[in-house]
Amino acid sequence: MPQDSPQVNINGTSDSNTYDAIVVGSGVSGGWAAKELSEKGLKVLMLERGRNVEHIKDYVNANKAPWEFPHRGGRTQEMIQQYPVLKRDYPLNETNLDFWVKDSESPYTEIKRFDWFRGYHVGGRSLTWGRQSYRFSDLDFEANAKDGYGVDWPIRYKDMSPWYDYVERFAGISGSKEGLPQLPDGQFLPPMDMTCVEKDVAARIKEKYKGARTMIIGRTANITVPFESQGRASCQFRNKCWLGCPYGAYFSTQSCTLPAATKTGNLTLRPWSIVTKVLYDKDTKKATGVEVLDAETMKTYEYKAKIVFLNASALNSTWILFNSATDIWPDGLGSSSGELGHNVMDHHLGVGASGMVDGYEDQYTFGRRANGIYIPRYQNINGDKRDYLRGFGYQGGGSRQGWSRSAEEVALGVALKETLSEPGSWTMNIGGFGEVLPYHENRIFLDKNTYSDKLEQFNDPVTGKDLGMRPVPDKNGKQRLDKWGLPVLAFDVEWKENEKKMRRDMLNDAKEMLEAAGVKNINGRDGDGTMGRGIHEMGTARMGKDPKTSVLNKWNQVWDAPNVFITDGACMTSAACVNPSLTYMALTARAADHAVEELKKGNL
Amino acid sequence: MNRRDALSRVALILGGTVAGAHIFLEGCKPADRKTTDTFSADDIAYLDEIAETIIPATDTPGAKAAAVGTFMTVMVTDCYAQEEQEVFKQGMNLLKEASNKKFGKSFMDLSAEQRTELLTETDREAKDYMSAKKAEEPKHYFRMMKELTLLGYFTSQPGAEKSLRYMLVPGKYEGCVPYKKGDRAWAL
Repeated sequence: MPQDSPQVNINGTSDSNTYDAIVVGSGVSGGWAAKELSEKGLKVLMLERGRNVEHIKDYVNANKAPWEFPHRGGRTQEMIQQYPVLKRDYPLNETNLDFWVKDSESPYTEIKRFDWFRGYHVGGRSLTWGRQSYRFSDLDFEANAKDGYGVDWPIRYKDMSPWYDYVERFAGISGSKEGLPQLPDGQFLPPMDMTCVEKDVAARIKEKYKGARTMIIGRTANITVPFESQGRASCQFRNKCWLGCPYGAYFSTQSCTLPAATKTGNLTLRPWSIVTKVLYDKDTKKATGVEVLDAETMKTYEYKAKIVFLNASALNSTWILFNSATDIWPDGLGSSSGELGHNVMDHHLGVGASGMVDGYEDQYTFGRRANGIYIPRYQNINGDKRDYLRGFGYQGGGSRQGWSRSAEEVALGVALKETLSEPGSWTMNIGGFGEVLPYHENRIFLDKNTYSDKLEQFNDPVTGKDLGMRPVPDKNGKQRLDKWGLPVLAFDVEWKENEKKMRRDMLNDAKEMLEAAGVKNINGRDGDGTMGRGIHEMGTARMGKDPKTSVLNKWNQVWDAPNVFITDGACMTSAACVNPSLTYMALTARAADHAVEELKKGNL
Repeated sequence: MNRRDALSRVALILGGTVAGAHIFLEGCKPADRKTTDTFSADDIAYLDEIAETIIPATDTPGAKAAAVGTFMTVMVTDCYAQEEQEVFKQGMNLLKEASNKKFGKSFMDLSAEQRTELLTETDREAKDYMSAKKAEEPKHYFRMMKELTLLGYFTSQPGAEKSLRYMLVPGKYEGCVPYKKGDRAWAL
């Protein structure tokens, strides 16, 4: 599947530094912005702060067998010391370490613990994402207006529905049509199979809850039929997606949007380009371009364009705004609302249950499914009233145990080997994904405090978990800067009562549902989930109807600079409980269409 | 290894930025690390025999053929915290002493039956220790050896391809296929 390479402008010394549009960031939403704008005829410069990652060629571990990893994918002491954030959860591993940020180069300050798992390279986290793809519904778009948390979304499902259709058709989402109002159906490719046990559990849940709760196959951005026009093969069921897919079978910038943008001949991709600010002209009240720090040479460049799309990932797009137009607004472009940096959201997770399933010993699976099951939200709808707002869904799966199961009844020798060479019992597992409300107090800001050179141990105040070393505040010390001398973000973000109450139900409902489904030896779990662990950072530059209470209008334009668009997680007005990337895709395509219309009309 | 099992399962199904067939999520506790201590060829031969006793050759290769002794030394050196490294190395000596005491012979000179007898006892001791110990205390050395043997063997080429069934590219997925007792499990 050879793809044309985009024109990669490595040294930034092209004759003209002027384009029609600049896209900052190359992940899920940046890739879509580049595709849409370049297909509409604009000359587009896509800036990426990290290295280039070429499709297939740079997926260096994608075809390795387990035994080709010296630590079998695990983590060494050296890695643990170099990655004080990544080590807090599964991302720190031997197989795709190059797809995660080096924590030591890009520190941040945690007033309260926030696990921030980033990917600074072409493709961003579109290479490593979980690929679960669900539409928001009006249950979500109306939530803020109904219960008063946050501000009302300036859009409704009818505004988004055609754009969901549009991005689903191109990205390729497999799934089943279910007719659920809280989880609208989409333009699905054939769904993946459930296992026998999942089918059984789904049937029992449907019966027990009389259809009020359902368990469906996950909707995932893995294509189940080939996309020949895009040069993408269908999913091969290796379940090695996060190493990069040599078949292009899941949606990523590299497999999907970048080739389309490249094909237009209108795209220039510039890696190693850290955008430090949006250049703002106070006379025209518009952006004129961006300032770029070359991450390799440390030289500074200016690029000019009629429109700028910020898709640097939620919190980094806001970091750019903090640093922009500070001569007019000391707290940055978009801060006139008083909401820039506020309303940080994520999904809270780590709570669920699992257990053993009797029977089905004459059944097994073939292939490694890169997907699981989904139980859509059922709380606070259809009369199922709870003592908290909004709700949660579950993701999970039913499978037979492998060799790593406990086999304590057999100590060692031939019997142990024979036992573990065969599959074990069936198990069923579900884990909740809960909505986090938009709280004004949950915020990020530029850390202007000063610190000494000394480091102190940082432990989670709740769990005692080792979170690595952090600098000691010192009023005679220095401001904290990253490897490139740039100011860092500080996080003051936490769950509140609504999330805590919801987690209690996420645990209890999981146990109750598994029990109803006939699962045995059920173990509930309530892990040390923290903000950030969902890797669904949202908010900090929300959309709204009023420039006094929101940063962006209904077309994702910054109220204070209408030719600046933000369509990554920063724009989210509420979080819903479903995985958000599909919504970023749809919002980006919609905003890009609007941007080009406005350009044609001479409004930008 | 319930934690690893649970994490693997979670990793397969999470909707966050998760995917993939990473098989070994369980890290080692951070601590100061000394890498100057190395294992000798004799140590590796000794660990190979311990591993072979846990997973012997049958009609499929055993742990020794999968070079599990070497694998253990790599994992202990690179992944174990210093305290765990010490427990592991002390354990190697304790096992030698136990062999001399029980059979008046070095472990390397024991018959396969004697090795099995000794390690079965040690496994029982490890099990009792593990159920009584505090969470922050290191594992019993024999639990370390056993876990490393299972990991090293079933993710090795002989283990995955001969004792299990390994497919680099399955090409399709079927959720329900017939299974009969004796069919081997899929490797990851």
